[in-house]
Amino acid sequence: MAQSSSQAASIPIWRDERYLKLIAQIVFAVVVVLTANYLYQNMVNGLRQQGTTLGFTFLGGIAGFDISETLNDFSRTSAYWQAFLAGLYNTLLVSIVGIVLSTILGIILGVARLSINPLVRWLSAAYLEIMRNLSLLVFLIFWYLGVFLKLPRVREAVEWPGQVYLTNRGIVMPWGLPTETMPMYRTILIIGLCLALALGLVLFLRGRQTGKPPLTLLWSTLALILVAVIGWFVVPAAPLSLDLPVIQGLNITGGKTFTPEFMALVSGLVLYTAAFIGEVVRSGIQAVSRGQVEAARAIGLNPFQTLRLVVFPQALQVIIPPLTSQYLNLTKNSSLAIAVGYPDLFYVSNTIMNQSGRAVEMISLVMLTYLTFSLITSVFMNWYNARILLVER
Amino acid sequence: MAAVTDIKPPLSERPSPLGWARKYLFNSLGNSLLTIFSIWLIYTVGIGLLRWVFTQAEWQVIATNLRLILLGQYPIAQVWRIWLSLLLLAFLIGNSLAIWGKAGKTAKRFGAGLVAFPLLLALTAIGAESRGWLVGLSAMLILGWYLGRPATRTLRRVVAVGWFIWPPIFLILLRGTTPAEGVLPIVGTNLWGGLLLTFLLTVVGIVFSFPLGVFLALGRRSELRIVRWFSIGYIELIRGVPLISILFMAQLMLPLFLPAGITIDRVIRAMVGITLFSAAYLAENVRGGLQAIPKGQFEAAHAMGLNGLQTMSLIVLPQALRLVIPILVGQFIALFKDTALVAIVGLLDIVGIAKTVLAQPDFLGLQREVYAFVSLLYWVFSYAMSYVAQRLEISLGVGQR
Amino acid sequence: MSRKIFSVFGLLIVASMVLAACGGGTPAAGTERIVETVIVEVPVAGDAAPLPPPAGYGATLAAVQARGVLICGVNSQVPGFGYIDADGNFSGIDVDYCRALAAAIFGDSTKVEFRPVTAAERFTALQSGEIDVLSRNTTWSTVRDTELGGNFTATTFYDGQGMMVRAGEGITTLADLAGGTICVQTGTTTELNLADVMAAAGIAYTPAVFEDADSTFAAYAEERCDAVTTDKSGLVSRRTVLEDPSAHVILDVTMSKEPLGPMVRHGDDQWFDIAQWTVFALISAEEFGVTSANVDAAKANPSNPEVARLLGNEGDLGLKLGLSNDWAYNIIAQVGNYEEVYNRSLGPDTPTYIPRGLNSLYTEGGLLYAPPFR
Repeated sequence: MAQSSSQAASIPIWRDERYLKLIAQIVFAVVVVLTANYLYQNMVNGLRQQGTTLGFTFLGGIAGFDISETLNDFSRTSAYWQAFLAGLYNTLLVSIVGIVLSTILGIILGVARLSINPLVRWLSAAYLEIMRNLSLLVFLIFWYLGVFLKLPRVREAVEWPGQVYLTNRGIVMPWGLPTETMPMYRTILIIGLCLALALGLVLFLRGRQTGKPPLTLLWSTLALILVAVIGWFVVPAAPLSLDLPVIQGLNITGGKTFTPEFMALVSGLVLYTAAFIGEVVRSGIQAVSRGQVEAARAIGLNPFQTLRLVVFPQALQVIIPPLTSQYLNLTKNSSLAIAVGYPDLFYVSNTIMNQSGRAVEMISLVMLTYLTFSLITSVFMNWYNARILLVER
Repeated sequence: MAAVTDIKPPLSERPSPLGWARKYLFNSLGNSLLTIFSIWLIYTVGIGLLRWVFTQAEWQVIATNLRLILLGQYPIAQVWRIWLSLLLLAFLIGNSLAIWGKAGKTAKRFGAGLVAFPLLLALTAIGAESRGWLVGLSAMLILGWYLGRPATRTLRRVVAVGWFIWPPIFLILLRGTTPAEGVLPIVGTNLWGGLLLTFLLTVVGIVFSFPLGVFLALGRRSELRIVRWFSIGYIELIRGVPLISILFMAQLMLPLFLPAGITIDRVIRAMVGITLFSAAYLAENVRGGLQAIPKGQFEAAHAMGLNGLQTMSLIVLPQALRLVIPILVGQFIALFKDTALVAIVGLLDIVGIAKTVLAQPDFLGLQREVYAFVSLLYWVFSYAMSYVAQRLEISLGVGQR
Repeated sequence: MSRKIFSVFGLLIVASMVLAACGGGTPAAGTERIVETVIVEVPVAGDAAPLPPPAGYGATLAAVQARGVLICGVNSQVPGFGYIDADGNFSGIDVDYCRALAAAIFGDSTKVEFRPVTAAERFTALQSGEIDVLSRNTTWSTVRDTELGGNFTATTFYDGQGMMVRAGEGITTLADLAGGTICVQTGTTTELNLADVMAAAGIAYTPAVFEDADSTFAAYAEERCDAVTTDKSGLVSRRTVLEDPSAHVILDVTMSKEPLGPMVRHGDDQWFDIAQWTVFALISAEEFGVTSANVDAAKANPSNPEVARLLGNEGDLGLKLGLSNDWAYNIIAQVGNYEEVYNRSLGPDTPTYIPRGLNSLYTEGGLLYAPPFR
């Protein structure tokens, strides 16, 4: 360092690398800013010519349209921002359900890829090859129009055991309606959860002390279930009343209806993403060297213990980063809901865009929202990943 | 270790089919159940699928609209231009296979498949003219192969130049030059559709996003802080949002960014959107390759007196790109599949065309057939690309250090 | 060893393809740019005129003429209005309007490029100048005439929103749809009208909203919904292509007024006039009984002075629009009058037959009324 600074005096400015770099950066920044400004000015001018300006005040205006399924209270007299929220909730719902289900299916597929049963292995491989080379959009459209809308009509509804009806109006199943004892039962459940957590902690600490890893998760879950079951009978009346679906003329009333749009979107995303997650899981498991497994068997662990205590923790390290990006992909891909008519964030924003004519604002808002999802997820996953690595050391 | 693995297994280890089944399929209760479940699954799905494909599905809709699906509304009188470009391409491929893959089994097998494919297509129910062109394609492949066998230095150079000039020739042929009733009347992009448009979007997306992605990757590792921040910002922004929102931006917002009076063709706008999107992902992949290059390479290059630019372009990038070729191909396949999204913004690519075909009064309610066919097309091309990528991976020895 | 060589050269091929195609992109982009510069220069020329007309006046026509082709935003999914047949040709009444406009400008009805635009993107496409005119069964409404940056020129088809249900399910009024599901297309006035009407009548329903007309009607055909709503014309034309048209009835309710017509951008009054008077020329020609078959005879021997002015024998009405004087003659000779256009797409001989009704001349009890040509 000392050398270079003493040299700097003798080098003319236009040949000093540091100055050149500085100038290059300034030039680059100026070019970027000027270009952005030029584009922005063009846009503002164009909008002014059409008599509009940029701004988000329109979000307070009355939407005027209906949304087929919402998680919040939305009607045609609600504001645009409430419509946007309805879309946001739907996107979150699809993403969360999709992530949980695709993880389960993905793990099954990944493990099946490594099964000793050649038939299972082959089936899993065939599934992965088929799915990975399909275009998700085409698959979703096919899945919706070709499968879910081709389900029997209400009159000829197929009944599955447990009064689950399959129709092209949706999948209808019995659903619990909360009764007046529900608040009490909820309190019991919370207590049960606390108990389960405490038990888990105790078992975990015991395991640390004795060196024998107990089945923490299993025992905690059992405790929770036990409390839940006892609580159900302790409260004066059942906290949930069963709402059975009944075919009434044109429609099915009662129960819980999952619309074909929702089902097609979620199942399509799950089937597609699970193929990729399966690959992630397989490569994660294979990344654990054979010696680890052999060593685990040699010290007398059974296959299940080997998987749980040796293979899985190590595989998780390899799996987490690509798994994160698959989760994000699923969330972003849920924007294809527009092709099957499910009112997710993007679709609702598109409707707002059409009805209000505010393309620039709505597209910016949508992109910002997805960006927030992705940033939150990557921050969380980075933290989790770091934690796992820490435990390993 | 080697000595141990060299020992052949005892003969008794090679079981009879029955023994094999007992060992792998029915060795435990759980496994037996799995086997039975698998057989049931294969049987149900397989039978259902076969029955639908051969007895229930009405494939007439595909046969009638095949031209629309493959070429969109490209004028029928001008289709020879596409065939001509394909003939040239076939010749180039044949030549290249002969020159650069002459001894490889892969090249031979690959070439044979390429020759057989058009011939097989010619056997299907299509017009006599198309049949002629298809046979021509195979002939050109074989011709290219034989002419390329000497593999002299000059020939190599000629073929390399051929690859350089083929894309412009293709584009010129496709678009045309003369305004009215000339030899090559201009065919507007609004008439490009179907699989043709899907391919064009893919090729243009790959061709333009590749250099952009490399620049972004270099920018992300740059010492210049502002350049680095800009690259990081761009990459993370694009990777954080869905492609469909970028396409909407390209279709709806891009025109607003331009000064009044200037318009860009909507197909080109879609290409811009796809390119900008793909570049961010490519940049991350290339960055992975760059990070894998040991520091010693830089230092050695520096010691040889190469400057920064030379180090990058001659030493680091070639190695880095070679490392990430399989990942890049995967990215290109994803791009190919993603082009389907342009249908949502109203372009008549293969999915957009499928929608208009389904609006024809004669073929209402045949969504399954049409979308199954479209899916099949996507699948075949994606699978072919990933197969070639796998072969490439093996022959490059990537991953086996 | 050889395998390695092959692989390296394979890499070279990929690289050279990349580079080659980089160069390949330029010619197309270059030619594109030539067209663009022509367009840019036009407003400058307008500004330099001694008595400057409002900014943008005449710019569109000049741009279209410089380009040599009219770009018309149309629908590609509504039989009878805008639609692609198996040969890949566009047809429909909205499409024929574009041909008429091209005939008026160029004297050649084929010099038109059709851009299928979705309901969602149509206004942006018009605003951004991607299309010169929007002729895509678009309803005239206040917001669209003002905030969305366009002007409606004239009504080419008077329509009203209707509701189609399956026959034999006992649905005769909107109230019978209580608790039912209704298919509707997004980004349309239909979607808003549906919400308005049902809310006003206090009828609870579930909408099933789709991105395009095809999906909407496909879902209805699969009995995803109890009813489907759109403009009555759309219902009629769509019903004809359902599997069993007689199994569907259109309810006797009109939920809204839907005047459909071509729309142009704000800020170019000359272009507005041309687009508007093209419609009037079609209507007047029907009123005067001038058809594509007899237009030559009518031009040689006009039956009355207004026909003479319409066909350019007398006066210079075409020149006042900035067109040639035989603009209306070209329209009628190449595309026909309103009746011919109507019958070609929606007439009794077509599968998408819709009775003229409100879309008859005012002399026959309809609403079609063109201002005088003088």
